[in-house]
Amino acid sequence: MANILVNVPKTAKRGDVIEIKALIMHPMETGFRPGPNGQIIPRNIIEHFTATWNDSEVFALKMSPAISANPFVSFFAVATESGTIRLRWAGDQGFAVEEQVAIAVE
Amino acid sequence: MDRRRFIAGTAVIALLPFDRAAATPDSMAEAIRKVLGGATAREERVKLDMPPLIENGNAVPLTVSVESAMTDGDYVKAIHVFNEKNPQPNVFSAKLSPRTGKAVVGTRIKLGDSQKIVAIAETSDGRFWSASADVIVTLAACLEEAT
Repeated sequence: MANILVNVPKTAKRGDVIEIKALIMHPMETGFRPGPNGQIIPRNIIEHFTATWNDSEVFALKMSPAISANPFVSFFAVATESGTIRLRWAGDQGFAVEEQVAIAVE
Repeated sequence: MDRRRFIAGTAVIALLPFDRAAATPDSMAEAIRKVLGGATAREERVKLDMPPLIENGNAVPLTVSVESAMTDGDYVKAIHVFNEKNPQPNVFSAKLSPRTGKAVVGTRIKLGDSQKIVAIAETSDGRFWSASADVIVTLAACLEEAT
């Protein structure tokens, strides 16, 4: 399955703005490149990335083929309460992956 | 080749890059128009961080930051990034809210050629802000053979 690297602080003070970084292994095939046999390789990209904090959305990103292979994204979120940050990637060819990290807010 | 012909020839060569550059920025302008929907973007508040000279166009770091308090009444709703010369003008569209806390988004993108990148931010009051960056790419993305 997809390899995912997520960087989120384990703890935060209430009201702090924390940085979340996420990297996922994916070819992000543009659909514009010919393969070894001269045929165009069909597009295979991740199109949607969303981040929720205890099920309320904090950030969403719509990607295009111009995003590099193994898409990396960094963004911020307000630490409101302890719970789970859920990151979801969805795209072509039925790609759907989810990763969650726990965060303690005091 | 006589001197007159030589001078005429160099003039043609000098003009060539301009002809090529005029081909696709139109599609970027069109994509930007769609986002703006008749409004105009002011070149303020947005910062687009990219290296000016890129050795490898396959993974170019890019960070867009927008000056905003990110409070319930005044926040950045969306950040869009466009390019001139990749096959498609859109790069990404990010959706933000007061929960995002800070209007800063970073990622890595592919660039097929030296070109201009434009970032547009939409604030909660419906106004648009923009920034652009010109980058030079020595090794373009998408040229290598897929294996």
